[in-house]
Amino acid sequence: MADGRPMYLQLIEQVRQRVAIGDWPSGHELPSIRELAAELSVSVITIKRAYLELEREGVIVTRHGRGSFVADTNVVMPDRFNRDLDRHLEAAARLAAQLGIDPETLELRLRDATNALTQDVSS
Amino acid sequence: MTLAIRLSAVGKDYPHFVLKDIDLAVPEGQVMGLIGPNGAGKSTTLRILMGLVHQDRGQVEVLGRAMPAEQTIAKRDVGFVSEDMRLYKSATLAWHMAFIASIYPEWDAKYAEVLVKRFGLRKDQKVGRLSHGERVKATLLLVLARRPRLMVLDEPTTGLDPVARHEVLSSLMEAVTDEHRTILFSSHNTTDIEQISDQITFIDRGHIVESGDKELFLDRWRRVRLEIEPGVALPVLPDVVSTVGSGRLSIVTTSNYDDAMSDAWRTAGARVFAVEPMTLEEIFVARVVNSRAPEAA
Repeated sequence: MADGRPMYLQLIEQVRQRVAIGDWPSGHELPSIRELAAELSVSVITIKRAYLELEREGVIVTRHGRGSFVADTNVVMPDRFNRDLDRHLEAAARLAAQLGIDPETLELRLRDATNALTQDVSS
Repeated sequence: MTLAIRLSAVGKDYPHFVLKDIDLAVPEGQVMGLIGPNGAGKSTTLRILMGLVHQDRGQVEVLGRAMPAEQTIAKRDVGFVSEDMRLYKSATLAWHMAFIASIYPEWDAKYAEVLVKRFGLRKDQKVGRLSHGERVKATLLLVLARRPRLMVLDEPTTGLDPVARHEVLSSLMEAVTDEHRTILFSSHNTTDIEQISDQITFIDRGHIVESGDKELFLDRWRRVRLEIEPGVALPVLPDVVSTVGSGRLSIVTTSNYDDAMSDAWRTAGARVFAVEPMTLEEIFVARVVNSRAPEAA
């Protein structure tokens, strides 16, 4: 759980992944905030924040007094991931410009990164 | 919002140390971490809360009871763990469990057994023969199994190996699955505090430097790496805590980052390389250094 990024972001990503790969289908009930806090030994406020963010993104819905559930993912997820991707690509483009890397080199490096990932997955 | 702990303008004078104007509020159901260097006043504050030290000034309320006047009533629902807790060296853990159970009717014998197993303790072992980690866990067990509404823990994870640390932190988090339970604990290990606290209080040289929501601390503080052309001056921005430069590279630490700051730096001719989140430890050090020398910011 410790990869340097803020804990709530790591949590958000884990929930997104579980939803994306279908581990948690739409309507699946998430653990309560305090249950998950106890399970992961992470502060309540951090879990709360991750849930709020996931709610804002439309990944989960919270019904008061009843708990949090995975939203209708078919609608939300592809859109959500695409927006995420756009944001990362934009950040990469900005960084490349700052470092004086031309677009062709950037494309090559993106391809390298993609290849490295494919090898990781297959190995 | 019910407060489990409230200190207002609390002070205590010692010949070589003064605790000044401590204001602290811990809402019920929250975990608050008290961070401070050695000698900052953490233990004194916790002892005042427990009625073990009487304040010279100010009001102290614990679970709605005035301290130290009503400490006998308040302490039935409060568990205190500290390094110098006295256990009877020649008595076994089982003896201690029976002893606590005889005093506190809320004692949860079943839960106590669960904790004995989880903490890897042996009930027939004499307390004097326990290792440091085992003694800490035994003390914590004797408090946890009473299921107190408030737990006050002075450095509960200091000197523990990683496994024991994990066992202790997870049993604390398990205790607050009940949203009416509250924990206040001190540590100079900021990783532990960052992991389980909802609220954070920085204490240094006898006073509270800052107190607030953990996520807000982590959210607002940023370290920004800038490249500046020679001769270009950075604009003076609010909430900049420190600026350290070497050559063309400058590192700016801010307590309230906003994208508008990066825009202002760019407008001034700087290049913004990176805007990095900070750990609680980094925030704490920056905040304390800044509060010790405010004119240098």
